[in-house]
Amino acid sequence: MANVLRRYHLGPLIGFLLLFIILSIVSPQFLTFGNLRNVALQMSVNTLLAVGMTFVILTSGIDLSVGSTLALSSAIAAGLMVGHTPIWLAVVIALVVGLLAGLLNGIFIAYARLAPFIVTLGTMTLFRGMTEIYTQGTPIFNIPTGFSWLGTAQLAGIPVPVILTVLILVAAWIILHRSIPGRRIYAVGGNEQVAYLAGVRVKKYLLLVYMVSGVLAAVAGLVLTSRLGSAEPTAGTGYELDAITAVVLGGTSLFGGEGTLVGTLIGAAILGVIDNGLNILNVNSFWQDAVRGAIILLAILLDRKKVTR
Amino acid sequence: MSVLEMKGITKSFGSVKVLESVDLRLESGEVLALLGENGAGKSTLMKILTGVYSADAGEIRLDGQPVSIHQIQDSRALGIEIMHQELSLFQNLSIAENFLIGHEAAYRTGPGLIDYRKLHRDVAKALLRVGLQRPTSTPVSALGVGEQQLVEIARAIQSKVRFLIMDEPTAALTEVETARLFDLIRQLRADGVGIIYISHRMEELYQIADKVEILRDGKFIGTRSMAGADERELIRMMVGRDVDERYPRRDPVPGEMLLELKGLTTHRVRNIHLNVRAGEVVGLGGLMGSGRTEVARAIAGVDRIRGGEMRFRGQPRMFRSPGEASAAGVAFVTEDRKREGLILSFSVRENLALPTLDQRKRGGLVHRARERAFANDMVHRLRIKVANAEQAVGSLSGGNQQKVVLGKWLAHNPDLLILDEPTRGVDVGAKQEIYQLINEMKAEGKGILMISSDLPELLGMCDRVYVMYQGTTQGEVKGESLNEEDFMTLATGGEL
Repeated sequence: MANVLRRYHLGPLIGFLLLFIILSIVSPQFLTFGNLRNVALQMSVNTLLAVGMTFVILTSGIDLSVGSTLALSSAIAAGLMVGHTPIWLAVVIALVVGLLAGLLNGIFIAYARLAPFIVTLGTMTLFRGMTEIYTQGTPIFNIPTGFSWLGTAQLAGIPVPVILTVLILVAAWIILHRSIPGRRIYAVGGNEQVAYLAGVRVKKYLLLVYMVSGVLAAVAGLVLTSRLGSAEPTAGTGYELDAITAVVLGGTSLFGGEGTLVGTLIGAAILGVIDNGLNILNVNSFWQDAVRGAIILLAILLDRKKVTR
Repeated sequence: MSVLEMKGITKSFGSVKVLESVDLRLESGEVLALLGENGAGKSTLMKILTGVYSADAGEIRLDGQPVSIHQIQDSRALGIEIMHQELSLFQNLSIAENFLIGHEAAYRTGPGLIDYRKLHRDVAKALLRVGLQRPTSTPVSALGVGEQQLVEIARAIQSKVRFLIMDEPTAALTEVETARLFDLIRQLRADGVGIIYISHRMEELYQIADKVEILRDGKFIGTRSMAGADERELIRMMVGRDVDERYPRRDPVPGEMLLELKGLTTHRVRNIHLNVRAGEVVGLGGLMGSGRTEVARAIAGVDRIRGGEMRFRGQPRMFRSPGEASAAGVAFVTEDRKREGLILSFSVRENLALPTLDQRKRGGLVHRARERAFANDMVHRLRIKVANAEQAVGSLSGGNQQKVVLGKWLAHNPDLLILDEPTRGVDVGAKQEIYQLINEMKAEGKGILMISSDLPELLGMCDRVYVMYQGTTQGEVKGESLNEEDFMTLATGGEL
């Protein structure tokens, strides 16, 4: 375990702790239970996307369509709920939409052997377009109040989205780091040819990771819609890049086969803390992106030793 | 006539001493073989000579004068060139463009402009010298491995080379290409170039080297004149102990018929006839490019079978994927460790466990304790030299990596084992251990189909050998005809 920590997490962890300590010193509001709870809530959507993205990137793939999948599945769920479909059924349909979106990506990538970047660049636009057609370009309001539980309720003082994210993280961790399919996903990413010759059904696992990513995008969409109380046709725009950033900050290699979910969580936490810090420090919103980008570059630089290893 | 000397070279990486007071002496116009097991320090010594590493102690002298070599440009300026074991050509560029890289200054006609006419003229001259008949604008990716090797040599000797280091230059060459390379080396020697030649193939050293220097565990063991050097003595110096037999073949006890190919045809090979019984080691030989690996790929379900018949255990079978083949009891130990055999980001344990994950599961989860026990057991059984099974497989020597590849398939307990070049790039000590393993499997009643470019090894380890020529099985050598002459007759298209 010490070895794993050294290999994958020390760089990102130091970056996170540095940020955490600096913010605790410069802002008295930062290190309070209420604010930290807020950070956890704010980062839950990105963390959900980043978990799915970790599966994909471990196979040396990429999924640019998650932001659009998020929008499409939540718009459909919202539309159905407004049209008096039972909430549970609308939720299930949203998850199926996410699954099918991932399936479509997976078929193109695993069976038609197209480059993941190109395929998901295409489906990113396709799913966004479908969302705009479905919503006719206008936000969907008047979602039944029962649905707001998912995004706004708390259990024992902890927001439901945070609890949900933790549960999904634990499940994903078990799959990736303890299960046989997880080992095979790493094998596919480490060297597809070796995995294939060792009897791993490479196509099946490629399909699987994009489906995981699609479903988690739908989950993230439901959380977001529930919190906002409306489904926007532009929801999730650019979220795919935040998810990729979290995964990469967590030390996962874009070439596949190397990386961990704990790293991804740390990566998402770094982004969450940056965003929160910039807000509570009242940094001019024009400056926020520039500062955010600079901090990300700095964090990656901290982790550079691993890359050149 | 000049003399290149290295004296008292010492080098440590961290606390590990990889070279300890090593000497080397090379005169122009001689071929010095550098012999030693993987990890003996040959590469490190050559990297110090070419300026990739700096020595901690010791000095390099040219004609008695100390010279300082701290970067590659320093050694180049002295006329020392190296040809690496792995090809270092840009596949996407033409032959001429590959020559240009690093020598742009010589062809500059203006800011950012290149005199291509002069370049192509010079390159054509260099290609002529190595006997490669290809237009200088040919993309390197269109060349065979042997031709690429010639391009490397042409590139290395185009400048005023005085000393040339060749690291396993024949590893990927056919017999014909090797012969051509040796002619070239003799010509260079006659021109007064001093050559350091690194190879694990003992037979070659007798053909080409004048002297041999042996290293073991980073120490200088001795030098011998190659003419009249006793092979057993050289191996003993290299390994540090006696090696009883080069090829410890055991008598076969042929059992049940495992594999029969009757006229098997794929898009790469045609009309293949062969059979393998339990308890025998059957060879599959032939010149490079004759289709040996392609036969193995067809059997193991990697390439699709288009015609003919394949029977496994008496039943007609054709495997549609490697997974299907391995489920039926066929293991395919591939030739290229780094590309097809190992996942370099995985530990030794994870690599060993990969094909047999399903044998150690609890629910859908990996049974971690059993996997650790399994890996330790395999490391012990195959005598893989590692600190522990958690070590990254990429940090192992070639021989130990090869044992990991073998181990992951042995764990599968297959009936038929296809070994494609099981000892390529493996040193003498590890070769012996791999031969022992092959014999153990044979004694256990497994059928083994072995592919090797190392002819003495193939004839020495196999009970009988099928010989391929231009994509088909030309014939079989066994019993009386299990010798190099008959093999080469078949391999070059003749009949027995």
